[in-house]
Amino acid sequence: MKINERSYDAVIIGGGGSGMRTAMEISKNGRSVAVISKVFPTRSHTVSAQGGITAALGNMDEDNWHWHMYDTVKGSDYLGDQDAIEYMCKAGPEVVYELEHMGLPFSRNDQGKIYQRPFGGQSKDFGKRGQATRTSAAADRTGHALLHTLYQQNVKLKTQFYSEWFAIDLIKSVDGSIAGVLAICIETGELLYIKSKVVVLATGGAGQIYKSTTNALINSGDGIGMCLRMGIPMQDMEMWQFHPTGIAGSGVLVTEGCRGEGGYLLNANGERFMERYAPNAKDLASRDVVSRSMALEIRNGLGCGKNKDHVFLKLDHLGGDLIKQRLPGIRDLAMTFAGVDPIKNPIPVVPTCHYMMGGIPTNRFGQVISVHENGKESILEGLYAVGECACVSVHGANRLGGNSLLDLVVFGRAAGLHVLEKINNIDTPVVSPEDVEHALTRYLRWENNKNGEPFNKIKIEMQNVMQNDFGVFRTGKFMEEGFKKIVKLRERLQEAILPDKSKVFNTSRIEAFELDNLMGVATTTAMSALSRTESRGAHSREDYPDRDDKNWIKHSLCFENDKIAYREVNMQPLTVEKFPPVKRTY
Amino acid sequence: MKISIYRYNPESDSGSSMQDYEINTNDFSGVMLLDALIHIKNDKDPSLCFRRSCGEGVCGSDGMNINGKNGLACVTPLNSLPDQITIRPLPGMPIIRDLIVDLTNFYKQYEKAKPFLQNSKPIPAKERLQSPKSRSKLDGLYECILCACCTSSCPSYWWNPEKFMGPAALLQSARFILDSRDDSTLNRLENMNDSYSMFRCRSIMNCVDVCPKGLNPTKAIGSIRSKLIKNNF
Repeated sequence: MKINERSYDAVIIGGGGSGMRTAMEISKNGRSVAVISKVFPTRSHTVSAQGGITAALGNMDEDNWHWHMYDTVKGSDYLGDQDAIEYMCKAGPEVVYELEHMGLPFSRNDQGKIYQRPFGGQSKDFGKRGQATRTSAAADRTGHALLHTLYQQNVKLKTQFYSEWFAIDLIKSVDGSIAGVLAICIETGELLYIKSKVVVLATGGAGQIYKSTTNALINSGDGIGMCLRMGIPMQDMEMWQFHPTGIAGSGVLVTEGCRGEGGYLLNANGERFMERYAPNAKDLASRDVVSRSMALEIRNGLGCGKNKDHVFLKLDHLGGDLIKQRLPGIRDLAMTFAGVDPIKNPIPVVPTCHYMMGGIPTNRFGQVISVHENGKESILEGLYAVGECACVSVHGANRLGGNSLLDLVVFGRAAGLHVLEKINNIDTPVVSPEDVEHALTRYLRWENNKNGEPFNKIKIEMQNVMQNDFGVFRTGKFMEEGFKKIVKLRERLQEAILPDKSKVFNTSRIEAFELDNLMGVATTTAMSALSRTESRGAHSREDYPDRDDKNWIKHSLCFENDKIAYREVNMQPLTVEKFPPVKRTY
Repeated sequence: MKISIYRYNPESDSGSSMQDYEINTNDFSGVMLLDALIHIKNDKDPSLCFRRSCGEGVCGSDGMNINGKNGLACVTPLNSLPDQITIRPLPGMPIIRDLIVDLTNFYKQYEKAKPFLQNSKPIPAKERLQSPKSRSKLDGLYECILCACCTSSCPSYWWNPEKFMGPAALLQSARFILDSRDDSTLNRLENMNDSYSMFRCRSIMNCVDVCPKGLNPTKAIGSIRSKLIKNNF
């Protein structure tokens, strides 16, 4: 099969917040860069982020990046790497100012500075002096404003976009370093080998492994799949965040900013139940804590509605003016998806899959760390990962709200800077025809498979298994059965067929490729969750309800062949004292 | 419920046709038109193609013509529609396949608006200050999701897609002209001071009628016109 070839210094896979921040950094320094995005960049999932970006600007109240660091380490339930967390929190104010300078239309306080709101898990003075106010916002559309601003900057810099192209697999050079990617043009079906010294994976989340998720339909973990097929293990895949407030039924996100602005949760008795579970932070405890509390209320028969399957988020006491000014998008979504106007009535909400804390292991420059099954680590030269697909790890076992947009821009920029520093020393990759052909394997499998079942039923079954057996609460027995079911589904997927093999804008073909990737995400999630015999952050086991610091302050690694290994958590920050693990209460 | 959908695959079809699908809302979960389209693709006809991503009206992927009016499938409740639904691709754009249109020219016009902040002053150490009142001028402008519902409903754009920027691009122009932090207003105005780029707007207001975000491009175009006059163009 004849495949055309094009060359760039760097290729970025993914046109969301992190990919475009990296692209900008490389583009503005005159290097050739191509961004491959399976959707037009402003349709990426960053657009759905609502509440804001967290950084210690101190615009509304006293603040300090070191306090932000403390909160993030505590929020991670001590599974986050403290060097990366320090780097992110310290860089926070600078990257937020940069976004403002680019034109991001932040809301403003009375002094004309960037408006900030309180978010969950934030404190002053290392937890000693109450709630901090640290999340910068553009009303409740911060992700939209951020994504459009970054796209606009790339338009200004004339970055080369491959819009509506899909990355099938990475290509290695003969010496094992990265050599580019095999991509397909969705509009025409044309295959292209995009050759480059550097590949940056910025493929976002994979929440589509669950039946109920706030994630876009495009969140299929494409970078995770590509890395697994290259033999790179995934880190901490058992750590999935369930956002407390997805709209019951549809799963559409309602920002934590609602509670930051003063909203709170009610059970069927009209009781503000978070006062019982988190006496200090109440409704602004960490997301894992709030989601578990909600699930317990529902389980104890205190859910609202005729099926008692959700709780209420009350906002009406905030008044119509504040809701219209600070939460206009939420009001629209509540009216559209729940049929309620929050100025008058509470919104029915339920914990919903939201964010993948785990992912491709990297250092704080975004370089992908490859780990051998015997535990030996090495840097995979030329390969980077940033944003949700990466596991730096700044979120550990539980991410704080507002830290994901921060993660995107901080590490998007860091990777860009590191690429610029290294690129002169990287030789042009030497690639054999076999290397390119190898990347064609799964394209050909979907072309040639016949007589199997259509692939899309497998996706629905996978989502049901993950939803039932790997949700907010987990137990060994159900997870073992769940894992077996996922393995069966994976086998079926190898034989499944693509019914429509046309070339022009064949979205089914893309969905088939995506399902390969989702299956990798689901199996590594299931295996890692089954293996971690403790409860930490978002991973909550009924058969092992306690955190076990003696045995489990370590990152899980899971390979494509289901083998598990572990790496140390980096407890040593760059310049400040480390935060040793203590009991975590809110 | 019957959904009649525009079909065209350039590889196999000599021309376009309408295809009918009978659906039962009990056969799938979800209450929006997009849920029905996904159900048809999953369970009845995998060859049906359309764009979709966020499913909540913020990414702008699934703009289409629904019973004669442009809108987003993901925020159009099925119970707001009659039992007979007709879906066509966005009008006035080249069709690639089924409900998928070629938006190249739409994006080109967007870029013509120079949609990025321009400020020639030295960059301050912290944020540029902007009063809440100045910031509020961007409300109703920055929220655009580039779904193309407005531009593809505009007769002036249908006539002159190469020269008339269209409502979405002009909304972007206004977003930067009215931003107190942008100091390139005169250049931006000059860039549009010809008989087509902006003045081809005839205030038909289809754009206002269809915008799924409730924005008002006609008003934004009006504010650019006043700026042009006030600055003696």
